[in-house]
Order: sequence, then structure tokens, then C-alpha cells
Amino acid sequence: MAIDILIAEDEPSILEALTFVLGRAGWSVRTVTDGEAVIGAVRREEPRVLVLDIMLPKRSGFEVLKQIRANAATRALPVLVLTAKGQQQDRQIAEELGADSFVTKPYANADVVDAVRALLGKPAALERQ
Amino acid sequence: MTLTADLVIASAVAYVGLLFLVAFLGDRHTRNRDGGFLRSPFVYTLSISVYCTSWTFYGAVGSAARNGLEFVTIYLGPTLVFVGWWFILRRLVRISHDQRITSIADLLSSRFGKSNRLAVLVTVLAVIAIAPYIALQLKAVTSSIEAIAGSSEFGRGSLEGWDEVGLAFGVAAGMAVFTILFGTRNVDAKEQHHGVVAAIALEAVVKLTALIAVGLSVLYISGGFEAIYTRAAEAGLSIHATETFGDRWVASMLLAASAIICLPRQFQVAVVENSDESHLRTASWAFPAYMLAMSLFIVPIALHGLTVMPAGSNPDMFTLTLPLAAGHDGLALFAFIGGFSSATSMIILESIALSIMVSNHIVVPIMLRLTANEGIGDGQGVRRLILNARRLSIVLILLLGFSYFYLTRASDALAPIGLISFTGVAQFLPAILAALFWRDASAKAAIAAILIGFLVWVWSSFMPSFASSSPAVAAIMAEGPFGVAWLRPQALFGLERLDPLAHAVFWSLFLNTTVLIVGSLISSQSALEHVQAAVFLNVLRNAPGDTGPLRGSATADDLFLVARRVLGHQRAVDLFSEEAKQTGMPWTSLEPSPAFIHRLERELAGSVGAASAHVMLSKVVSGDAVSLEEVMQMADETQQAIEHSQALERASAQLRATAEKLEVANRQLRRVDQQKDEFLSQVSHEVRTPMTAIRAFSEILLTEADLDEESRRKFVNTIHKESLRLTSLLDEILDLSALERGERVWENRPIDAEESLDQALHVCDALALRSGTAIRTGPRAASAPVLADPDRLGQVLINLISNAIKYNDADSPEVEIRSRVEGGDYIVEVADNGIGIPEEERPRIFEKFYRGRLGESAPYAGAGLGLPISREIVTRMKGRLELVGGLERGACFRVTLPLSPERETAPHDRVGTPA
Repeated sequence: MAIDILIAEDEPSILEALTFVLGRAGWSVRTVTDGEAVIGAVRREEPRVLVLDIMLPKRSGFEVLKQIRANAATRALPVLVLTAKGQQQDRQIAEELGADSFVTKPYANADVVDAVRALLGKPAALERQ
Repeated sequence: MTLTADLVIASAVAYVGLLFLVAFLGDRHTRNRDGGFLRSPFVYTLSISVYCTSWTFYGAVGSAARNGLEFVTIYLGPTLVFVGWWFILRRLVRISHDQRITSIADLLSSRFGKSNRLAVLVTVLAVIAIAPYIALQLKAVTSSIEAIAGSSEFGRGSLEGWDEVGLAFGVAAGMAVFTILFGTRNVDAKEQHHGVVAAIALEAVVKLTALIAVGLSVLYISGGFEAIYTRAAEAGLSIHATETFGDRWVASMLLAASAIICLPRQFQVAVVENSDESHLRTASWAFPAYMLAMSLFIVPIALHGLTVMPAGSNPDMFTLTLPLAAGHDGLALFAFIGGFSSATSMIILESIALSIMVSNHIVVPIMLRLTANEGIGDGQGVRRLILNARRLSIVLILLLGFSYFYLTRASDALAPIGLISFTGVAQFLPAILAALFWRDASAKAAIAAILIGFLVWVWSSFMPSFASSSPAVAAIMAEGPFGVAWLRPQALFGLERLDPLAHAVFWSLFLNTTVLIVGSLISSQSALEHVQAAVFLNVLRNAPGDTGPLRGSATADDLFLVARRVLGHQRAVDLFSEEAKQTGMPWTSLEPSPAFIHRLERELAGSVGAASAHVMLSKVVSGDAVSLEEVMQMADETQQAIEHSQALERASAQLRATAEKLEVANRQLRRVDQQKDEFLSQVSHEVRTPMTAIRAFSEILLTEADLDEESRRKFVNTIHKESLRLTSLLDEILDLSALERGERVWENRPIDAEESLDQALHVCDALALRSGTAIRTGPRAASAPVLADPDRLGQVLINLISNAIKYNDADSPEVEIRSRVEGGDYIVEVADNGIGIPEEERPRIFEKFYRGRLGESAPYAGAGLGLPISREIVTRMKGRLELVGGLERGACFRVTLPLSPERETAPHDRVGTPA
């Protein structure tokens, strides 16, 4: 059973808030708290969108993103990257690695919801080809 | 065929035309093909044979007829010099090449501090001393024409009405024109008159062949050597040395040896025109061989002439009159051409050499002085002026020669006239030898020496030759000036018994040398002299071109202007373009290096002599006065070079050290900068995380109206917790930076550290309980009086214990606390049984924001500031915080604090200084 959104975020409070907000918007949500767990969860849960934090323990968001884009099965997965303000370089790297959308911390909840909605509504696979 | 004066004159003119053609072709040949055979050592040797003038061609026979074997000395002297070329000639050639020496005056001037005064003196004296020698050639040519003219009834031809003087004047004028055409086409004396040298070499062959031909014909006519000697003996004649190796012999040998170096034309051919030092090796045997060939038939010709010619015939003309008498007109004409060759080659080269000296050392300096402030003139100015100066000097020199001829025409003999000139130029010899071998010889002494030698020469050698034409001179000769007997020219200071030649040679050279030696010892050298002396003495050691007394700076434009005026446009452009190519700069923005200025000076020296070139460039190169001071400081060129390189080495070592220091400082700066960036980035990240959570939950609370109470409470709690975290994070950051800057001030007072430890354990109880960690207490100290702030100590201990609890991933986590008093120190250890801290992380755990592997994933990860703050605090208490080996696994932190000596009376210790 595919889910709508997989969130990869190590900060418990932020994770809790994101889960609540996105769940409240009507989507089904699963969460992981470190980089190593992301790939397995993506394969297992087949989310329609991945919300990915960059500063993840064990394996950084960059590595995860690279791996997702390198794998044929997950290449088309839309990814929303959570970056920090002022970390211009992070955003640039994520863009080069193929991130679809960005939200900068601290964010307004509505921004995250809008961004996820945009990714869900878009036929992502089609766009990538 | 009947020989007439007209015919010989026509032949002579034709012969000159041939020479001119040879010279022209020679010039073109060397220009097109880089020398070719004209630069062979044999052409060089033949050109040196310009030494054998008509004095040799005609005069040696006369000399043999009059004075026996004495003529041999004239050949022996140069032979000695050439056989021993290694000793003097090699040095002369090397120095002249290195310094671009153009003449003997230039050589002396250059060695003695580029002294122009010395150059002028040498030039003037050389011109005077050579006058008799030129006269000798005029006399020989005139006599030979007269001899032919007088040999037949109609011999005089168009010369009818011309007397000897008129003829000599005509010869002189012709020679002047010829020399001007020959020798003053180029300016750069270093460009070497290859064409002229080729013509001179041809003349050398002609005169040798002619003399040998006459000799052979004499042998043929008279029936061989035996017959000649027999017949001469029958006639009561003998040519055996009457006074072999007497004073006159020694004197004339010495003169001949010095002449081969000191005569301006010999210096010109042997040194200036030398294109390859190795040619000297060939010349060292070939030139003596040539002279031997020249002298082979002199005795037979003389004896035969004395035997067969009527009494009273001029023995100087035997070479010519014998073939005439025998009716061999063709041979006589050949002999005439031979003698003419000897004379012309000498006159051409001598006047070229002298004219170079006159223009370089007298005309150019005067011109420079006259134009000291305004420029030197337009483009080709100096070039044209130099050429004109040389032409004028040639005329002047021949005029002087003619005058001498006119005044002394009463005397018949050729040889004595030549010896007068030899004695004159020999006055340069002591200075030249000193230049080559004596470092301390000074310019003042050289000038005085040459002057005194010359005065003696004028008095005892030059003036007496006028005795036959001037009664006044004759009177002085007999009684001395104003009757002062010891000043009689040929019996100076009462020295009466010597031969007049030996007498003049002895006194002039003796006084000359004495003044030079004594003068040099009592006078001091100028700085430039000192440098030049070193250059001359080290010539065989140094690589050429590493001397540069002229330092300073000049613009390329100024230098170019000077160079163009002297060298001509094309040469100057070539020079500057080459320099520009070498330095890789466009030559409009060329900054002339000292090496280039030096090179330019040498190039100019090639045209106008060392002294003038130096003056010219000094005008342009700014700071010349300073440069002389600079030169002054280099006590010795070699020494200076050594010091220079040492200084360079030191400077570059300093530079290297400075660069290394800079590099280290730079690296540190970069690291500090990077650390600052990392710190800021870390702070921003640490602050952002709680902020994000707070904002997110605040928005949820604000927008979700239908939240149940439990969630609402939970979210508010999270907001509260995160804001506390934010606050403590900011506190920690501020605390740490204040601690680091020494702004936090607290009072260390006597406390019992054990009490602080108890309190810390108590605080951590709840945390331990929550995480299921067992806290075990190991051995404890009874009491620990230390000087500390209890709150701060507590902060440290709580941080250590809570870390041990939080980052312990063991299945049954345990933390052990031990304390003891050991050697005046109180020691607390906090050990856990977690996975410990990997080797590679240990050095970094006290760094700010550094969180170990576990720290990153722990649910309540700190900001990574606890340990740095704790260590800072412990340090303020004069203690240490360190990571030590724990139990079998896990980490163990140890705090070591010094015990306070007396708990109650210990003075309060104030820690830190207010900012």
C-alpha cells in the first residue's frame, strides 16, 4: 500500500509538527529519523513525495538524494528538500543532485503544504522524461 | 723598356688601384661570408708583417752596409715577443676584446681609470713620435723614384722641375688621399678593417717576393754566396758584427721588441684587428719565419752592392739600384713596387691607427665638452664628425711626417730615423707592462712617467736629428743648453761613453720606469682605476663581460639617442631590439639594465674609445656621481662580486624565511577564518532547529481551531521545551565566548568539592532513572578542599555525568563515579560502559559544536558546547579536564583540581579579569 509522503527528519519536534500538519492536510505520512533508513523506507512504502532534511545523522540528505536519483526505480520520486536559510551552498548542491523543490527553515506550515501539493499534483515522472 | 719616373708613378698608382680593389673585395667578402679565409691566421700573420716597412726593404741593406749585423736586432726583438706570445700578447688581445679597446691610447686610458688625460697624452706623443717614421717612408719612396729617375737620360719625364721635396710632398698627399679612401669608411674600429688587412696581407706577399727576387738575381749575377763573400773579402769589405752585443745591440733589440707592441699600427693589426685569439699561436712562428725570409738576402745584397756599385752610392737603395745597374728593368720595377708596398702599408695602417686615437681621444672629448649642455647634434652628427676628424688627422699626420722629412732631409740613412720613432713609442712600454701586470700602478704615475720619458726622448733622440739642419741644435748638442754640460742631449748627467741610441734609450726608459714605480707607490688610485686594474689583471680568469663600473639608471630613449648618434641608426636599432627580445619587453618601455648599459658602453667604446664612451654614457645615465661612490666601495672587483653574491644569498634566505613565516601565518588565518565560518554556520543551524519547531507548532495552534485539549497541551509543551532549549543554547554560546574572552568573572572560594559532586549526582538522578542507567559510586574521597566556584564546578560535573548517561548505548547502561585525593590533587572520574569514543574522535571532542557519532543521533542531542565550556571552567580553577582510558570499553572523563592548602584561611582567589 503506497503512502503519500515520507518524511526524513531527525529533530523530534520538527518531525512531530510536520507529521501533524501534513496529516491534517489529508495525506498519509511515514517518517524516518536518519539517512540510512530513507532508501529502505522509500522502497518499502513507495511514497509519492519525499520530504528530506539535509542534516541527517548517519547519512546526509545529499547522499540520500544522490542514491535515489541513481536508482532507476526511485529516480522519478519528487523530493522536497528542507534547507536552512543562509546555507546557499546546500541549496545549490541539492539542486544539482536533482531536488524538485525547497523549503527553508524556519518555514510557514502553509509553505510546506503548498510545496507538497504542487509535487503531488504534478505528473512528476512525465516531467522528468 | 726604359724605366722612367712616369712609368713607375703610373705603376704605383695602378698598384694602389689593385690594393683598393682587394680592400673593397675583402670588405665585401667578410661581410657576406663571415670572414672566410680572410680571417685565417696566415692573413693575420701577413698583416702583422706591416712591421717590415721600407726601412726593412731598403734600410736594412743600408744598415748592413754601414753597421754590419746590427740590422738583425730589428728582427730579433719582435721574434722574442712573438715566441713568448703567451706572456704578453695573449693578455693584450684578451683584454682588448673584453674591453673593446681601439688603440694603444685607449688601452692605457682604460686601465688607468678611463683617464682621458692619459689618452690625450699618449695620442699626442704617438703622433709626434711617429712623424719621423712616416718621414722615413716618404724619404724611401721619394729616393726610390729619384733613383729610377736618375738612372737614365730621360728618366725624369714629367718630374722635370720637381725637386726631392716636391716629390715627397706629392707622395705624402697621394698617401693621404689613399689612406682616407681606405680607412675612413667605417666608424667602429672594432668592426675591423678586414679589407685593409687583406690589402696589407697582399702587400706583405709582394714585398717579400720582390726582396727575394732581387736577392736571387744578385746571387745569379754574382755566382752565389761563396762568390759574393770572396769578392767582398778581396775588396776589403766585411759584414761582421763589429760590436756584437754591445750597448747599441741591446738597445735596438729592446726597442724592436717594444715597437712590435707599442707602435700604434702594430697594436692595430696584432691586437685590434685580431679576430681570434688562437691566431697568435700561428703568428708566433709564422711571423718570425717571415722576418727570417725578409732578412735572408740582406747581407748578400749589401755586400754585392758595396762591391759593384760606384763609391758614394746610397746603400739604402741597393735593392733598387742593383737590378737597374744590371739592366733588369722589370725586376727593378718589381723591387720598386716591393718598396712602395712596404711604405704604403705602413703609412696606411699607421695613419689609420693614429687617426682613430686622435678622433677618439681628442676630437670627441672636445666635442662632448663643447656640447655639454645642449645635445650633440642631429642623428648622424657624431658619426660624420668622427669620420671627418679621422680624415683631418690623417692629413695632419702625413703633414707632420712631411715636415720632419723636410727638416731632416740632409741626413741620408733610413735606419736611424726609424730608431728615433722606436725610442719614442717605447716610452709607452713601462705603462703597458704595468697595466698588464701591476695592480698598484696609478694613472698619475703613468702620466708622469710617460711625460718624463718623452721629454728625455725629445731632448736626447728627437732633437739631435735636427742637428744637420739647425745650427742652434748643433750648438746645444756640443755644449749643452746655456753651456750646461751635463744636459748635453747625448751625454746626459755626464754619461758620455754610451752610443747615442743606447744613451737615449737608457735615460728615457730608466727615468720613465723609475717615475712610474716610485709615483705609483706614493700616489693613490681612483676608484675606477682600482676596478679597471682588477679587470685587467684578472682578464685571464674572469669570464668576459662581467664588469660594469657604470651603474645607475637611464631611460631607453636617452640611451638610444646616444647610441644612434655614435653607432648609426641601424646598429642602434639592432642593439636595442636584441635587448628588448632578451628581456621580453617592447623596447619603448625598456628599462636598461646595468648589464645592458655596460654592453652599450663597450659598443660605444668600440667607436669612440673607452674614455669618451664612459663620458658620453655618464651624461645620460643618471646617478653617475653616486655610481663612482659605489665603485669606491668595491675595494676590489672580485671581492665585491663575492660580497654581492653573499649579500644576495643572505637576502634570499631572509626572503625565504619571511615567506615561510607568512605562509604559516596565512594558514593559521585561513584556519581561524574557516573556524569562524564553521562556528557561525553551526550556531545558525543550532538556533534554527528549535526555532523551526516553535514556529511550526505556534502556527498549528493558531490555525487549527478544533484541536483537542491534549494535543494543544502537548504542542504548547513542545514549544516551551524548545524555547528553553533555545535559551540554554544561546546561554551556552554566550557563556563560552565570554569564558574564552576572559569576561566571565567569578570568585574561587574554598569549598568541599565532594559536596558539589553529591549535588551533581542528585541532579542527574532523575535523568538516570528515566534512561534506565545505573549510577554506581566507586571509592570516594573523604573531603576535598579546593578553591572553586561551587555552581561552576557543579555545572561541569553535571555535564559530564549527564553526557555519560545520554550517550550510553549499552544494553544495561552503567555510569561509575570515583573520586580520590592524590598528591595534592583532587581527582574525579566519570566512566561509562558505552561504546566509548573512537580513537579518531578523541582529539576533537573538546571542540565547539563537535558531537560524536552517537551525539548526532541521540534524541536530545546537545549543541556540542558542553565539553568545551566544562574544560574552560576547569582551566579557570587551575585544574584539568581530560579524557582518559575508561573501563574495558566506554569513556572516562577525569577532572583534576589542586587541593587548597588551608580550607578556612585560604584567601579568596579571584579568577578572570573583567573585560
